[in-house]
Amino acid sequence: MICPAGNGTVAGDPVKNPAPRLDEATYERNFADINPRLTETAALAEASRCLFCYDAPCIRACPTAIDIPSFIRKIGTGNLRGSARTILEANVLGHSCARVCPVEVLCEGACVLNQEHKRPVAIGALQRVATDHVMDRGIQVLRAGRPNGRRVALIGAGPASLGCAAELARMGYACTLYERREVPGGLNTHGIAAYKMRASDGVREVDLVRSLGVDVRGGVEVGRDVTSAALWDASDAVFIGVGLGVTDSLGLPGEDLPGVVDAITFIDRLKNRPFRDVAVGRNVVVIGAGNTSVDAATQAKRLGAENVLVVYRRGPEDVSAYHYEFELAKTDGVVYVFYAQPARFVGRDGVEALECVRTETVLEGGRRQLKAIAGSEFQIPCDMAITAVGQKRHAGWLEATFPGIALDGGKVRIDAGGRTSVPKLYAGGDCVNGGKEVVNAVADGKAAARAIDADLGHPRG
Amino acid sequence: MADLTTDCAGIKSPNPFWIASGPPANTAYQVMRAFDAGWGGAVWKTIGEPIVNTSSRYGSVDLQNLRMMGLNNIELISDRPIEENLREIAEVKRRYPKHAVIASLMVESKREVWHEMVKRAEDAGADGLELNFGCPHGMSERGMGAAVGQVPEYTKLITSWVKEVARTPVLVKLTPNISDVTYMGVAAREGGADGISLINTINSIVGIDLDTLEPRPMVDGRSSHGGYCGPAVKPIALNMVSAIAKHPGIGIPISGIGGIATWQDAAEFLLLGASSLQVCTAVMHYGFRIVEDMIDGLANWMDAKGFPDLASVRGRSLGRVTDWGELNLNYKVVARIHAEKCIGCHLCYVACEDGAHQSIALAEGVKVPEVIEHKCVGCNLCMLVCPVPGCITMDEIPTGRAPQSWRAYQEALGKGIACELPGERPTH
Ligand SMILES: Cc1cc2nc3c(=O)[nH]c(=O)nc-3n(C[C@H](O)[C@H](O)[C@H](O)COP(=O)(O)OP(=O)(O)OC[C@H]3O[C@@H](n4cnc5c(N)ncnc54)[C@H](O)[C@@H]3O)c2cc1C
Ligand SMILES: Cc1cc2nc3c(=O)[nH]c(=O)nc-3n(C[C@H](O)[C@H](O)[C@H](O)COP(=O)(O)O)c2cc1C
Ligand code: SF4
Repeated sequence: MICPAGNGTVAGDPVKNPAPRLDEATYERNFADINPRLTETAALAEASRCLFCYDAPCIRACPTAIDIPSFIRKIGTGNLRGSARTILEANVLGHSCARVCPVEVLCEGACVLNQEHKRPVAIGALQRVATDHVMDRGIQVLRAGRPNGRRVALIGAGPASLGCAAELARMGYACTLYERREVPGGLNTHGIAAYKMRASDGVREVDLVRSLGVDVRGGVEVGRDVTSAALWDASDAVFIGVGLGVTDSLGLPGEDLPGVVDAITFIDRLKNRPFRDVAVGRNVVVIGAGNTSVDAATQAKRLGAENVLVVYRRGPEDVSAYHYEFELAKTDGVVYVFYAQPARFVGRDGVEALECVRTETVLEGGRRQLKAIAGSEFQIPCDMAITAVGQKRHAGWLEATFPGIALDGGKVRIDAGGRTSVPKLYAGGDCVNGGKEVVNAVADGKAAARAIDADLGHPRG
Repeated sequence: MADLTTDCAGIKSPNPFWIASGPPANTAYQVMRAFDAGWGGAVWKTIGEPIVNTSSRYGSVDLQNLRMMGLNNIELISDRPIEENLREIAEVKRRYPKHAVIASLMVESKREVWHEMVKRAEDAGADGLELNFGCPHGMSERGMGAAVGQVPEYTKLITSWVKEVARTPVLVKLTPNISDVTYMGVAAREGGADGISLINTINSIVGIDLDTLEPRPMVDGRSSHGGYCGPAVKPIALNMVSAIAKHPGIGIPISGIGGIATWQDAAEFLLLGASSLQVCTAVMHYGFRIVEDMIDGLANWMDAKGFPDLASVRGRSLGRVTDWGELNLNYKVVARIHAEKCIGCHLCYVACEDGAHQSIALAEGVKVPEVIEHKCVGCNLCMLVCPVPGCITMDEIPTGRAPQSWRAYQEALGKGIACELPGERPTH
């Protein structure tokens, strides 16, 4: 199928047959908060459901170990300010986490009420009630520590570095974050689905960290605008929180055709432009079946794409996206094509189809193996293809910038305190764990801050 | 941040939150755990000749999902030897010199026995004494506890014995199981008490098992009346605290007790005149950790209200508690339903129709009921039953009449001054 060239194409966004633009009201409705705020009554009623467990499993399920029963009790007693303090002291990005955490598999999944087949306490929604209260009113609940004369440089201004810097600043360290992008926040600003959080929410949290005296410098790339030697000169320790790169290349023919875009870039545009300036095809194919694929597919649909197909070489039981994310995609009308392995992108001056080959699983030596079925090629017509098959690692940059740093398959190798193999060099977040969640990055940052303090804070006599 | 340091009748603590005499203050281990969690003081589980307790001791009143709205117990004083308790008090004081440790005492009603007990407790290092004249079960059958606290003469006499030898401040803990608590307050004062603690627990039977017909808490098929406490008793305690605080013949500091579980409860006791606050049931329910929000929430509230310290909160609402006869009968409020918040449950309608003054109209098929303003007497019932906060408000309607109380009206009549009957008559 060859489609006529579209009208409304945006520079750098060459989609041959773009879906018609929607009106503003429709965009706002499509990207409205997927978990709206609780009303005051609902919040009190929900808070009263918490049993205030001792040594609560929800706390253990939270990577940043927020004292959840305490913050919920404080909502119940109307002490919202104290509630927010309990949250933010444990997790400086607690406001984002309230909206973006996969609570079903973390705190809420651990809630003891599940064991009685009751709905778990809506911890995420309650966390939002408390943090909204202080964020909306600009109430300062965290305080910087008395300056201790020590300085730490942090590379990247994503959740890992923000978590580390906030913890350090509260202990009195002077922190400088070097961020390549003009707008800080990392994927928390540029990557989270717009119906969970807008870019401005991510920036607001960076401002919270800034308010502790942390210096966040945007538009500075370490290795290009500033050398690692300069960082070492100016600081007592360095933290790497560079996350991951864009989507890995599939290495397929036609991947450079206009209309083929990687998911991170697509979502980045969507988070940083007015919705109407983000071109999306009428017929969109998304490759991969992880959480990023869901985000790309649902947001393509919400931008106005008529048909969104997710192509995945394995079956539904192998989908790596969280169950509720997978369900959301299906509710949004995204159609899954399983057992189809992309082979090449077809098109002349823009993508027109994705050619796939059917696959099957066969048992070989007791193990399930995926096999392409010879001669089963078929084409899925499309005017946009989004690749979402995992993000690139910064191995080259890491080795060039920090000679001798030990890596594991492109991920930085650390100990439990975030220490790398290079003395006084720490790391955390996606660049260490290969891509998890905001809350894991914050927890890593916190752990590293404590290790930094243990290593330098108390000079050995 | 607001200054929470406390001085109650000369007993000083870093904050006003004390563990009340009861199971949570039974041992040094517990009291030290409490101090580590943030409690400012502890009144030791009542010390006296060790007793034997029953097995199965507590019963609870649950409110739907919420457990222990009210708790009842048939437990007596400490079952541990006096020496052991005193040794542990000494240990706690050595490790926590800035926290308040108060020895709660109850012994045989003999002068020498009390003298001896007081000296030993003070030698152990207690910062103050609390005389338990309140235990309503078991001990009273032995001529102690409420048996003393229900007779003003005994209360005064034993307090005066204690004061003969005491070097530390003496608090007298009152029972609510009397007709007018101020008699006991006056007696304690006359006996020389430095302060008053109240309330102890209220006589109660919490319920009966409808399968076995046994009352709870069951001891080998039977039960006994016990002491009631927990959130359910707070209003009774607040009333008694304010009565003691207002009484001109008493005028000594108060340690408020009864149903305190949150910082809001604490603030209410302070506003009605308490200088320190004691908690038992809420700790038995949730553990010592609840004090964190109590301190944090109270300080945040004081900051928001501009109260720098506890002295500026203490008794602030007392002046607003008056006799009924002083209330302005020419003041009028009516219910107003805010349609945009109404969820259409119609509980206000049925409450007013069947339980009040038929002042709410509900037209067939209409979601939002309507208040018939000229019939509404301003009783609050609809607002109280409404599940949505702020949906029904009670709004003042100027009557155009000068304030007048029943007492003022009676006085005017007595002086033969012609005046209009205050208030409005219902228009049924
Ligand atoms: C599409 C998508 C959706 C997601 N949705 C969720 C979600 O709903 N919930 C959730 O919890 N998590 C989600 N995540 C994961 C989450 O965003 C990440 O786990 C988290 O942001 C990782 O934090 P980080 O600080 O390690 O890395 P990043 O957020 O990637 O931040 C790294 C920062 O370092 C900067 N940087 C890199 N190199 C340099 C350099 N040389 N010099 C200076 N700066 C540099 C980058 O510009 C970036 O700002 C999502 C991720 C993606 C991709
Ligand atoms: C199980 C139990 C045991 C108690 N034992 C004592 C005691 O030994 N001495 C005493 O003065 N009060 C005792 N009390 C009363 C409490 O100190 C307190 O006055 C009362 O429970 C009201 O406070 P609350 O509502 O916070 O529990 C006891 C209460 C309970 C529940
Ligand atoms: S709380 Fe339970 S386990 Fe503990 S003493 Fe009482 S009955 Fe026994």
